[in-house]
Amino acid sequence: MKTKQLATLVLEDGTTFEGLNFGAPVSSAGEVVFTTGMVGYPESLTDPSYRSQILVLTFPSIGNYGVPSDAVGEFGLPELMESGRIQVAGLVVADYSPAYSHWEAVRSLSDWLKASGIPGIYDTDTRALTRRLREHGTVLGKLIVGDDPDWIDPAAENLVAHVSHPEVRAFGDEGSPHIAVVDCGVKNNILRCLLRRGARVTVVPWDHDLSSMDCDGIVLSNGPGDPTRCDVTINQLRGLIQPAATGGAPTPIFGICLGCQLLGLAAGAETFKLRFGHRSQNQPAIDTASQRCYITSQNHGYAVDARTLPTDWRVWFLNANDGTVEGIRHKTLPFSAVQFHPEAACGPVDTAFLFDDFLEQARAHRDGREVLR
Amino acid sequence: MNTVETVLLLGSGGLSIGQAGEFDYSGSQAIKALKEEGVRVILVNPNIATIQTSEGLADQIYFVPVTPDFVTRIIKQEKPDGILLSFGGQTALNCGVELQNSGVLAQHNVRVLGTPVASIETTEDRDLFAQAMAAIGAPVPPSVATSSPEEALQAAGEIGYPVIVRAAYTLGGMGSTFVDSPDQMYEAAAKAFAASPQLLVERSLRGWKEVEYEVVRDGHDNCVTVCNMENLDPLGIHTGESVVVAPSLTLSNRDYHRLRERAIAIVRHLGIVGECNVQYALDPHSDDFAVIEVNARLSRSSALASKATGYPLAAVAARIALGRSLPEIPNAVTRTTCACFEPSLDYVVIKMPRWDLAKFRHVSRRIGSAMKSVGEVMAIGRCFEEALQKALRMVGGGFHGLVANREMAFDDLDDALQRPTDLRVLALAEALDRGYSVEQLHELTRIDRWFLHRMKGIVDTYDELTRYSDKDLPRDLLHTAKKLGFSDFQIARAVMNYLQSDPHDKMMTVRELRKRYGILPAVKQIDTTGGEFPAETNYLYLTYNGTEDDVEFADPTSPAPERPVVVLGSGAYRIGSSVEFDWCCVGALDTLRSMERKTVMINHNPETVSTDFDACDRLYFEELTLERILDIHDKEHPEGFVVSMGGQVPNNLAPRLFAEGVPVLGTSPRDIDRAEDRHKFSALLDSLGIDQPGWREVTDADEACRQAAEMGYPLLVRPSYVLSGAAMAVAFRESELRGILERAAVVSGDHPVVMSQYVTGAKEIEIDAVAADGQLVAYAISEHVENAGVHSGDATMVLPPQKLYLETIRRIKRIARQVAEALQISGPFNMQFLARENRVRVIECNLRASRSFPFVSKVYSVDFSELATRAILGAPIEPPGRSLFDLDYVGVKAPQFSFTRLAGADPMLGVEMASTGEVACLGTDVGDAYLKAYISAGNKLPRRAVLLSTGPVESKAGFLASARSLQRRGLDIYSTEGTTRFLTDHGVSCQEVAWPMDDKGTNALELLKERRVDLVVNIPKNLADDELDNDYLIRRHAVDYGIPLITNLQVANLLVSAMDEFPIEKLECRPWETYTRA
Repeated sequence: MKTKQLATLVLEDGTTFEGLNFGAPVSSAGEVVFTTGMVGYPESLTDPSYRSQILVLTFPSIGNYGVPSDAVGEFGLPELMESGRIQVAGLVVADYSPAYSHWEAVRSLSDWLKASGIPGIYDTDTRALTRRLREHGTVLGKLIVGDDPDWIDPAAENLVAHVSHPEVRAFGDEGSPHIAVVDCGVKNNILRCLLRRGARVTVVPWDHDLSSMDCDGIVLSNGPGDPTRCDVTINQLRGLIQPAATGGAPTPIFGICLGCQLLGLAAGAETFKLRFGHRSQNQPAIDTASQRCYITSQNHGYAVDARTLPTDWRVWFLNANDGTVEGIRHKTLPFSAVQFHPEAACGPVDTAFLFDDFLEQARAHRDGREVLR
Repeated sequence: MNTVETVLLLGSGGLSIGQAGEFDYSGSQAIKALKEEGVRVILVNPNIATIQTSEGLADQIYFVPVTPDFVTRIIKQEKPDGILLSFGGQTALNCGVELQNSGVLAQHNVRVLGTPVASIETTEDRDLFAQAMAAIGAPVPPSVATSSPEEALQAAGEIGYPVIVRAAYTLGGMGSTFVDSPDQMYEAAAKAFAASPQLLVERSLRGWKEVEYEVVRDGHDNCVTVCNMENLDPLGIHTGESVVVAPSLTLSNRDYHRLRERAIAIVRHLGIVGECNVQYALDPHSDDFAVIEVNARLSRSSALASKATGYPLAAVAARIALGRSLPEIPNAVTRTTCACFEPSLDYVVIKMPRWDLAKFRHVSRRIGSAMKSVGEVMAIGRCFEEALQKALRMVGGGFHGLVANREMAFDDLDDALQRPTDLRVLALAEALDRGYSVEQLHELTRIDRWFLHRMKGIVDTYDELTRYSDKDLPRDLLHTAKKLGFSDFQIARAVMNYLQSDPHDKMMTVRELRKRYGILPAVKQIDTTGGEFPAETNYLYLTYNGTEDDVEFADPTSPAPERPVVVLGSGAYRIGSSVEFDWCCVGALDTLRSMERKTVMINHNPETVSTDFDACDRLYFEELTLERILDIHDKEHPEGFVVSMGGQVPNNLAPRLFAEGVPVLGTSPRDIDRAEDRHKFSALLDSLGIDQPGWREVTDADEACRQAAEMGYPLLVRPSYVLSGAAMAVAFRESELRGILERAAVVSGDHPVVMSQYVTGAKEIEIDAVAADGQLVAYAISEHVENAGVHSGDATMVLPPQKLYLETIRRIKRIARQVAEALQISGPFNMQFLARENRVRVIECNLRASRSFPFVSKVYSVDFSELATRAILGAPIEPPGRSLFDLDYVGVKAPQFSFTRLAGADPMLGVEMASTGEVACLGTDVGDAYLKAYISAGNKLPRRAVLLSTGPVESKAGFLASARSLQRRGLDIYSTEGTTRFLTDHGVSCQEVAWPMDDKGTNALELLKERRVDLVVNIPKNLADDELDNDYLIRRHAVDYGIPLITNLQVANLLVSAMDEFPIEKLECRPWETYTRA
């Protein structure tokens, strides 16, 4: 047998999980979170919301379809990656498959991790680990391959500032309506969802001055960490949604994931940290008006507290399992947000129609029409 | 909620290839859900061995054919306001469609609950289906619906060969074939039009991946996909014949969700309300995909998906049919979340088909687009390899996993890989062992390279193991092997020279070694959420890819009643062991629970009720091997094991469990061995003065012939070891005996052959009984309609017996008492006898529940499984009243055959069992009950003409009265040469047809091809005949053209006399309880 490099995952509470190293033979530290999504490790690993987290995949066999090319394709974005790099601090899996097979694959997952300097550990009891994370809530962890690193608490810093692209970026110049996307760690697929529907998109950094934006609609992106650390963005939003400031016809706003928490905070609601976040592709979200239930992809550790929502706002979606807020919307104005990911990637695309609805609002705003709510 | 008070649920009838135990699971689960919703349930299902037809589930049960005329009569009697068509397979669906189209449902205000008939018809009619798919832009392979062979030929020419042709409105891919040329096309079309009025000619996508989604939609348009599955075998092999993996392992996010999104769009567009299966072909080289098939009902795949995920699809579909919405329905596993979600799996599930092709003569062993397997197993592991090797052991073909099997002789390995047979997986292992590369194998099989790589890993690990002995085997390597699903036996075989010693001992040596190393399996839960939510689930499996048990176990020091009782299940359904043993196991579990005992079930068959989440306190979806049972024993410390309810698989384990000190409840394994061991049992019978046919054991062919000459022919020959499948046969002369011994492959001191006198012209009688501490407590004596020589599993059984001497019955009862006492039986047992005049001889005795337990239990309305379980536990038993045995009605059990699906197989009855299922009906007398059973088994009564070839002169004479009767009924009689002469001589007018191989006049085969007859009676001249002769051609054509066939004189006579007595409208259509409560 080939000699295999040992690896250990150590949790804050002292629990250790032994395994073998794949990817980069280096140590790393971060917050340990799990996702029960069954497909899409290239998408998950590049999702900026996972920044500084050691990600545990509960799916039993990882690496099977390799890793696709990160070459730039349609709209100047990589086809199957959610950002330009691997965002996680480390990867924990049960069974890693070095042999891979898929027509789109260009390299193995291990090679990709290695090239990105990110360590992975396999041959661990991820179910035992998940049960522990479930019982203790999210904890800090260290993935040790050789040297023992220091603990890193991602909550101690504003991760959004790290993942937000510092430049203003423009896509789909010919398109319309014109959507400003506030990049708090935006997933590429949010941009693709807008661009494929014909929009023109300007991506602005998380702390960009929104009051001066000339656009037909604003999308607040997903992103990592505690939303209360984004006070700059929250203040910007307050300026937009306060009736006094909006004056005549307010610019439609649509938040996704972190964007939902930011919009809630701007509206005057509070957020809280979930005991263990929703990180999976099978979360049922009920539209409180129609009672229709949608299967959604989710990746968040914080949520809006329904009890703190101002009276001119309402809960739009609720999680059918634990009753937490999955979406909010203003009762009269075109401000809305969902806690889940309508852009999917990875995950089910059942709620992609929300982009249609939002773009319709943006077009109405552009054309000075009223939109039937 | 709408107000449905009474629902009629149609069952699927007898188990057949393509429609098996999965519909007992779906029907039973639906009935439980409906009862919980407060609905009255009327069930129609002549499959008496099912759990759904047991007392305490449906409110009213009809053991009558699932045909429009019987169901119409039930509708008039019971006045249901709703009908459910999706829980009884294609049988129920077809019947429901007819009832809807004939206006019966509308006339009686019966609403079809769940998916509307129009949606069902769209999925069944390929033209309508193609239009529907086009409407939502879902790609389908080019396909043309044709209604004649000429049209089919033209369509194939236009699409371009190769094409696939399939018949509409069929189950399990019957009449579906790949066709490469116009010649093949003509032949295929002729056969397919025999089964269906419409034939589809489609572009072949052979080599593409085959992927399925199970979709649930409620009446409020909430829609989820519960599970996706990937066939290891690419398109071209029917999904029922494929190794299936869940969830998909080689699909990327884009692949998975593109197909998922389309599946939901399809289900919405079709207006499905309930459960639906969508099958895709996925191009392994691009984004291309195509929709292959949609099944708008519960199916084998949905049963598998239910077991694979823990999501009770049938129960959810039943509630949806009543108008419930998905978010309203709780998740039965977590109990804290709702049914509107999609399970996340943190394990790998593999389904493997079980074939029994070796039991049939002349059958083709190739697998392809038509289904031939009779059952399946499901294995759960934390990686592909672990699940794969478990599955291979579970399937029961004598395999130990992917490697370390007895050598398979593949004459042409490349051919075996390119044109797969039932031994496909082993051909892959053999090729890897011979050094074929993954790339070569991919070229030959089109199986995704990923699966091949992983299989290669198993073969490589085996090679590595062979470099060590048990003295120097490294711990890490041993651990790696266990993680890859190696059994202790496989490891023993690799590291030791097992040939020189008992493999069992060596296996125990490996077990000790790994226990010393602390290499032990962990118990994991199936919780539908990947561990995200705490779950109260009792659904468990074992894995070496884990360090921690999910559950806690009973304290080994606690007193017996606080520790659980383990029931061992029957494993894969196969010919000779199917749903009846599941009925016995579920009965045992129910009885144990009523005695307030904690129950543990071990089984691995996804088509069963015993593996349902609510059947027991703890379910181990696991192997029924000594190793695994010892593992579970070490964890659970049960009070004991019940080995006598699950058929032969657990029964065979009893002596070894006993030897390992595992507590076996009920009859002692020592006594089980005294019944199983032919020498010991024979000596016992001699000492009790009980008669038996003479028998001898031989160890080589020459000796066999010498002994045979002394004993006199005919002889029944039973080899003790055969490769994948039994090879019991009758020899009428020495040449035949030699032929049988050659086929047996191994005849040696270790593998002797038993020859026993074969008694012809005798009656065969069975007793099913329960004894407690050696005392007979309950018994049922049934007679076979067929004379001895037809396997008891294929026999038509009558209960209570109608044609036996009282003295015979008395003697049988006396023998059963003697044997029960001598073997100190505590539990179930079954004996088979031959009787001629009043001479009664014992042919077999099994100290376990038998195939006919549910039949006798339901005819008598006395639960033999309950009595047996109480006897096993040593609990007090109230013996059923004597009066019960004096019935004023009759039960008749008839076999259900699947010959249509087994291309080439000779549909003749003999000493090897051939039926895949059974049906049973109750009636005022034998004729009434038999006719209903005959129709229930899928036969139609003759109305126009019969073809007779009635065999030897005795049977020609024996059928004469029946022939006269057929003539009186105005049926035309066609007959072959000898039969014509005989009938004409005796004043029966008939038209002669030429034997198939003769080239003169009207040929018998033309008659069949043109369907000018609607019954064939073909009594073989010689039971041992193994030639592709005239008789064979007639029998095979009858089956291929869907014409009812009878090959047994007694059955033929019974059919004719019953038709004389009962016109179809005079057959009783009464619920079960009106018989038994009278």
